[in-house]
Amino acid sequence: MNVRVGPCSIRLAPRALIVGVCLILVAFAVTVAALSTGELAVPAADIVRALFGEGTPVAELIVSKLRAPRVVTGLMVGAAFGLSGAIFQSLTRNPLGSPDFIGFTAGASTGGILVVIAGGSAMAIAGGALAGCVLTAALVYGLAFRGGVQGYRLVLVGIGANALLLAVNSYLLTRANINDAATAGAWLTGSLGGRGWEHAIPVGLALAVLVPVCAALSRPMRMLEMGDDAAKAMGIRVEPVRAVAIAAGVLLSGVATAAAGPVIFVALAAPQLARRLTRSPGVTMGASALMGAVLLTGADLAAQRLLAPTQLPVGVLTAAIGGTYLALLLRKDRH
Amino acid sequence: MPDVRLSGTGLTLAYDQRVVATDLSVAIPDESFTVIIGPNACGKSTLLRALARMLKPKAGAVHLDGGVITSLPSKEVARRLGLLPQTSIVPDGITVADLVARGRYPHQKLMRQWSKADEVAVTEAMRATDVAELADRIVDELSGGQRQRVWLAMALAQETPILLLDEPTTFLDISHQIEVLDLCADLHEEGRTMVAVLHDLNQACRYATHLIVMRAGRIVAQGDPGEIVTPELVHEVFDLRCEIIVDPQSGTPLIVPEARRRVSATAG
Ligand SMILES: Nc1ncnc2c1ncn2[C@@H]1O[C@H](COP(=O)(O)OP(=O)(O)O)[C@@H](O)[C@H]1O
Ligand SMILES: [Mg+2]
Repeated sequence: MNVRVGPCSIRLAPRALIVGVCLILVAFAVTVAALSTGELAVPAADIVRALFGEGTPVAELIVSKLRAPRVVTGLMVGAAFGLSGAIFQSLTRNPLGSPDFIGFTAGASTGGILVVIAGGSAMAIAGGALAGCVLTAALVYGLAFRGGVQGYRLVLVGIGANALLLAVNSYLLTRANINDAATAGAWLTGSLGGRGWEHAIPVGLALAVLVPVCAALSRPMRMLEMGDDAAKAMGIRVEPVRAVAIAAGVLLSGVATAAAGPVIFVALAAPQLARRLTRSPGVTMGASALMGAVLLTGADLAAQRLLAPTQLPVGVLTAAIGGTYLALLLRKDRH
Repeated sequence: MPDVRLSGTGLTLAYDQRVVATDLSVAIPDESFTVIIGPNACGKSTLLRALARMLKPKAGAVHLDGGVITSLPSKEVARRLGLLPQTSIVPDGITVADLVARGRYPHQKLMRQWSKADEVAVTEAMRATDVAELADRIVDELSGGQRQRVWLAMALAQETPILLLDEPTTFLDISHQIEVLDLCADLHEEGRTMVAVLHDLNQACRYATHLIVMRAGRIVAQGDPGEIVTPELVHEVFDLRCEIIVDPQSGTPLIVPEARRRVSATAG
């Protein structure tokens, strides 16, 4: 289907469009549910009033200080994981080539744990996670580089780095004192609990820069999926595109991990689900971002409400769902 | 000497430390159907990749329309010169029509992704390669020969005046080989410059207007097949003793390999 506006014409698959609209509706529904349900139910009609500072003081506190930043952070972190996963799965042409499998998330964890042990603040932990992610990525890229980076080599080096860093993380936890270990352990599960606007704003700023980059990357990256020579023949500048894509993917997963901890499986599952729903060949940035947002906020909502008043960290839920999903994926691939 | 839009001079071609060719010079005559032949691993693909800027020469330069190809904007080059690589990767779950449409990338902009010209080029490319009725099929599920024709359609949709094809007939049965070569000949007749790496010497002689014969990274002979193909050349390049007769269909050289007499036949 072609959409023409003046001299512009964009090619859209109708199916991708429908899936996109549905995902936006689901994200909206999850948001409303997250804002209105809980220990204090706020009717949907009162949410808007509370958000604009015209509700009761209690509703206002709960909606705009507690629930709203949490769900907004969740939406953005989920989108960032989804985009990051889409980028790396496309680059490596491998559904397992997502940042939580090729060491980037583990590296972010290492950074986070080190700051916890050093007694840093929540913000410092986030900074440590981002730095850990970027450093790991630089290392993996450097080790995989041979006049250019091939996808499979990135996956192999990344899986090695992942194993190594997970060992390092366990070691650090055993050496930390009991309080630090508990703090780090909680952070390592990945959680949106207690996230305020101070967490949401940095992610928002990062997305404001990186989402347009992803949009510009999506067509060249689809060409890259046909192999370097085929992409070059079409006029793609392969190495610059790949370098920008890697940088964007690393920053997205780094920023997301910094805000919510290493929530696992969203980056893996979102792009795959998005592709299956849209039936689109190749990377689908928009649907992956929306799917990531829906998965993370949906999982967080379930984690808060399922066993209420017990609150589960969202990472426990995504790991459980993701593990099941991975088993299904591998089972299906066997046939 | 005919005009030359695409040429390489003094090329040293290498992968990391492995040097494939040194001081190689080649000119692709305009509006020719140039065929490159030579034994396996002699550097045919490497030369083609250098001509299409996939591989940056260690020394020397490839020129397109007078400019050094690696310093021209890549998308601009992609509107003048197309390459069908020896191997490409089929994206998961892509349909024939979608893959062929990707050939239009160099003609598109972020804000202008699909025009009437794109539609026409894709339809025409699919018609010419006889894949129109496969349009909605998943490429992964096609036979090797069908897939090869789809890749060719993608290269055609690019609508470049110069088209380089690396072994376009591999994986094809004999009738589809001839079909693809006839298609190339038609494109050549329409005024395009075609360059193809082929394996079959007789097909090369029949279709080439300009033949480049390579061995071990060097060009051993080049020119009109009728003038350069001799039993001595075939022996030097392919280490094969043969007789050369005139192809009854086309009047071009036809290589008939010498029969190795069977032991039982000679023993008698
Ligand atoms: N990507 C590569 N890396 C290293 N060596 C290569 C690569 N591609 C080809 N070669 C080597 O270069 C030589 C020429 O290969 P190629 O040009 O593919 O030969 P052909 O004439 O069969 O197309 C061979 O010895 C081959 O092993
Ligand atoms: Mg070859």
